[in-house]
Amino acid sequence: MKPLTPSRLEKILKLGHVAVTSECGPPRGSDPMAVISKGELIRNHVDAVNITDNQTSMTRMCSLAACIHLKKLGIEPVLQMVTRDRNRIAIQSDILGAASFDINNILCLTGDHQSFGDSAQGQNVHDLDSMQLIQTVRMMRDRGRFLGGDEIKRPPAMFVGAAANPFADPFEIRVPRLAKKVACGVEFIQTQCIYNLEKFELWMEGVRERGLDERVFIMAGMTPMKSVGMAKFMKNRVPGMDVPDEIIKRLAGVPKEHQAQEGLDICIEAIQRLKACKGVSGFHIMAIEWEEKVPEIVERSGLYPRPEV
Amino acid sequence: MIIADKKPIEEIIEEIKGFQRILVLGCNECVTVCEAGGKKEVEVLASLLRMHSIKEGEKKTIDERTLERQCDHEYIEEVRDIIDQYDAVLSLACGVGVQFMAEKYKTTPVLPGVNTCFLGATEQRGVWTERCQACGSCVLAATAGICPISRCAKRVMNGPCGGSTKGKCEINPELDCVWQLIIDRLKALGRLDDYEIVAPIKDWSTERAGGPRKVTREDVQV
Ligand code: SF4
Ligand code: SF4
Repeated sequence: MKPLTPSRLEKILKLGHVAVTSECGPPRGSDPMAVISKGELIRNHVDAVNITDNQTSMTRMCSLAACIHLKKLGIEPVLQMVTRDRNRIAIQSDILGAASFDINNILCLTGDHQSFGDSAQGQNVHDLDSMQLIQTVRMMRDRGRFLGGDEIKRPPAMFVGAAANPFADPFEIRVPRLAKKVACGVEFIQTQCIYNLEKFELWMEGVRERGLDERVFIMAGMTPMKSVGMAKFMKNRVPGMDVPDEIIKRLAGVPKEHQAQEGLDICIEAIQRLKACKGVSGFHIMAIEWEEKVPEIVERSGLYPRPEV
Repeated sequence: MIIADKKPIEEIIEEIKGFQRILVLGCNECVTVCEAGGKKEVEVLASLLRMHSIKEGEKKTIDERTLERQCDHEYIEEVRDIIDQYDAVLSLACGVGVQFMAEKYKTTPVLPGVNTCFLGATEQRGVWTERCQACGSCVLAATAGICPISRCAKRVMNGPCGGSTKGKCEINPELDCVWQLIIDRLKALGRLDDYEIVAPIKDWSTERAGGPRKVTREDVQV
């Protein structure tokens, strides 16, 4: 498979390496160091870094600006974009802006509802949904056209990703939903945090049955638990999250001061197991405000050093 | 039908503050069905306002009337001969009725007595739910007769989003995820494969985004 864009992530995946990405949440302020120092912590251990887009609907520094900070450091960014806050004019305009800085990866998302964040009284836009955003980027890139049909001078060269949540309901629709995203033109997938490995493997079985793993790179989403409190919160309070009781029991079974280490061990064991899962092309490590642990996770999972491409 | 809800009494008292003679005007259609602005509600509200006025020593005149519809020329005319007796009309019709009254009686202030909410259905007495956002280009044929535009918090056209949990919406565990309902119904219709047909990028110019809309039907015009 020949890469279609200058994206390093695309090259790594297409050369058959197990890719590793991580993510940074931009600050709730304008200090660029907040992004730069997170980027520096993980730059040697990952192939690309996602920048979240006002995650959980909290107003933050924009994803595009944070991506540019990383790009300037020579770290490859993945621009996350939600359809919640922008109509198709703003979306296409931001894509061009990103492309002008040679940002070569985009992750197309719907976004959390604004009622979770600091602007619950605000409007949401949802002119497009995530599937339609995938189609939009592909149209801009492959056909060099805006949605309105006009020609784009120097079209964006973006490797197009999206998220998949194998644990949201209804389960029977989770594979068809991925198929739909593939039909829209998605090229890589980063999944929701995986704790229920059996259920994930069952989903992957369905994915392979339809040959979808041949058509899209699937990166397994990993988030280490810092404590039993975090595990309980994720289980009970985060929509679409599946945290089995064994995880909670295992974390509760060790003294408080060792829970973080236990959480890292659980995460690394899961990566080891999923490395053997056919159709998993890489790992997306979302160490929410715990970026300093990413190198340890990558190294102990046998994913270090990262390949030169 | 159009669903409306009562405005808080404090807000209404504030609205009518400067007026002495007030006509509380109900409507016999949607707002009667959703028990927010029919004859019964007019009676209750008018007596509350009278009581308040007496308590405050204001001696306001508060009269009552209910029209068949306030969104129709013919019925609005019924108050033409009495309208000048009032300083203001407190309309319990939906926002359409309030505006139509105001347009017709140019020199009489017309104030809203209800909050107009949405296009909905009566689930059971006292419970109404939104079913349509009047997008002007109905997609129900593709979604098994269940509307993702009005009933999904993110109006996703190819859902469900990643937040759907146990059939409920991510924003509220009491609220059905509309995409769960769509999928269940597609299944019941033996059409689950249709889920994989990608909904095209929607043309929103037929909804609010396209500016105020107008339907003209030459075949029924006189
Ligand atoms: S698709 Fe549009 S017209 Fe049809 S029910 Fe939904 S909002 Fe109403
Ligand atoms: S959970 Fe269902 S209804 Fe709620 S926003 Fe997501 S798709 Fe829409």
